[in-house]
Amino acid sequence: MRYVLKRVRRLLVVIFAVTLFTFLLVNVLPGDVAYDIAGQDASEEEVQAIRADLGLDRPVMVRYVEWLGDFVQGDWGRSFRTDEPVVEAILSRFPVSLELMLVAQVFALILAVPFGIIAAYRAGRTTDRAIATAGFMSLSIPSFMAAILLILVVSLNLGWLPTSEYEPLSAGLWANLRAFILPALAIAMAEWVILMRVLRADMIGVLQQDYISLARSKGLPVWHVILRHALKPASFSMITVLGLQIGNLVGGSIIIESIFALPGVGRLLINAIYARDFIVVQGVVVFIAFAYVLVNFIVDLLYAVLDPRIRTERTDG
Amino acid sequence: MAAPLLELTNVSTHFHSPAGRVRAVDGVSVSLEAGQTLGLVGESGSGKSVLARTIMGLLPSYAEIPEGSAITFDGHNLLTMDRKARRAISGPGIGMIFQDPMTSLNPVMKIGQQVYEGMRHHFGTSKAAGRERAIELLTEVGIPQPDVRVDQFPHQLSGGMRQRVAIAIALACEPKLLIADEPTTALDVTVQSGILDLLQREQRDRGMTLILITHDLGVVAGRCDQVAVMYAGGIVETGSTRSLFARTRMRYTQALLDSIPRLDRPPHERLKSIGGRPPNLITPPPGCRFAPRCAFADAKCEAGIPPMQADEADSTHRFACWHPRDPEQATEEVA
Repeated sequence: MRYVLKRVRRLLVVIFAVTLFTFLLVNVLPGDVAYDIAGQDASEEEVQAIRADLGLDRPVMVRYVEWLGDFVQGDWGRSFRTDEPVVEAILSRFPVSLELMLVAQVFALILAVPFGIIAAYRAGRTTDRAIATAGFMSLSIPSFMAAILLILVVSLNLGWLPTSEYEPLSAGLWANLRAFILPALAIAMAEWVILMRVLRADMIGVLQQDYISLARSKGLPVWHVILRHALKPASFSMITVLGLQIGNLVGGSIIIESIFALPGVGRLLINAIYARDFIVVQGVVVFIAFAYVLVNFIVDLLYAVLDPRIRTERTDG
Repeated sequence: MAAPLLELTNVSTHFHSPAGRVRAVDGVSVSLEAGQTLGLVGESGSGKSVLARTIMGLLPSYAEIPEGSAITFDGHNLLTMDRKARRAISGPGIGMIFQDPMTSLNPVMKIGQQVYEGMRHHFGTSKAAGRERAIELLTEVGIPQPDVRVDQFPHQLSGGMRQRVAIAIALACEPKLLIADEPTTALDVTVQSGILDLLQREQRDRGMTLILITHDLGVVAGRCDQVAVMYAGGIVETGSTRSLFARTRMRYTQALLDSIPRLDRPPHERLKSIGGRPPNLITPPPGCRFAPRCAFADAKCEAGIPPMQADEADSTHRFACWHPRDPEQATEEVA
């Protein structure tokens, strides 16, 4: 319980720091939302009037404190542009980002775990080097390049999948999932390599442990020794990295969501930044920070599931 | 005389290293009859653990067993049989106990499962029956509250208890041969004799064959039928425990014996030790491997490797020495 309190305290510090910095940064950007609302033909007086109306003419710190005051009372504010409540704007787009993240991580793990194991088992041999080479090739393609390549090959040349037709889950599971395959692959192409390398490194160390020799001395088949004895203790670093990646993606992937026209949190954020709609920016930033801390908290709990030694420490302390 | 259960013929194990080929085990021949206990003695780096891993088939990929080596166990040549058949021997045929119980048990697997998973694999034992058998085995090796311990993890047990668990794991598949690689080296002195007594009792009750690897001749004395002394990858003296202790011939064995602290020596006397270090196994000396550290060595020792020869009183007692100790003489002063 004390552990959870410590976590919550850390979350509050993170959210305070992050919101303050983004608030200041968004204000450094030239222009503001008043121009956007007023339109191109508006006179300077009209823009000033809108600005005064929105309270944008007051100093930055005053506005921040005001925003923070509303925020702690549960009022995340409304978009300057669309007047949509920020909480609703985020929550309506979050399922898209979440699904993209989940599908991407599933793809990444499907690739990373088998190849990481094989690479570790054949460490230094041709198979290991082939996997490493393929991995670094996959990693060094930027995600927007990978996205464009995937669209070109899979959608346009082969015609297997749609380019960008987001369908809500209500339109059917396959119709919905179909739109996520390519964007998720584009993300997974970089993610799996990192997971694979981390798993490989840990696995090589674990395979040299005495308890692996002992398991082998029982006459167990190699796959049994690797899956039942080595995989669990070798997956700690991979879980850590996985947590960071999930934290990164929970808030949406700006590039991938833009390319594939997925209405996720990432697109909400980038559009809000373009429009200097900083109330929305603030909300998304808080949401991302919160998701990040929460995911890492879950990862910490996962360690205890994987390693009984951590469990004991926690009940003792 | 029955055929031996385990017979090693000219077994070598070499490691490929950037500095060259390390001859960790070099031409070892030894045989062991069913139900016997062999003490394999030598200092650190003498190749005893590598020999155990060679028998067990647990060598790393950079190890090589040269042509001409043969390990026969229960009628099978362990070095030439296919992998699957070889795995079928590990467990029900040969079991192994490792040196350090702090690292030889899987930290993230329950003790019970570690004990019974070999049975499940080899005999198809059900989980429930395996757990019951695990509790029986834990009781047998002297673990208190076995029904609680069976569901615990290794870190919840002390070192001595963990080594008892390791023994239960090795015994689970009823092996004909048990290899215990320095089973007490990593433990507190207070629990060492308990572990050794347990091993000896299990060996007797089950009629098991036991190889007890140790660096301590004192451990071997009361517990083994046969002793083989290893030095720099080879066996330098072997025989029945009685003969080897009563009629020590090889100078290295004698030096080992002299370095055991004894109660009948005057107090505060300086303990004898063997000066120098074991030789480099990449480029070993041309002659007797022990010559550079031996007080009795001369030009002959440095020129050629002494052949194994039999003791005059007991032909199974064999040793490799150019200037063997005279067994009739009580003590000899170093010149």
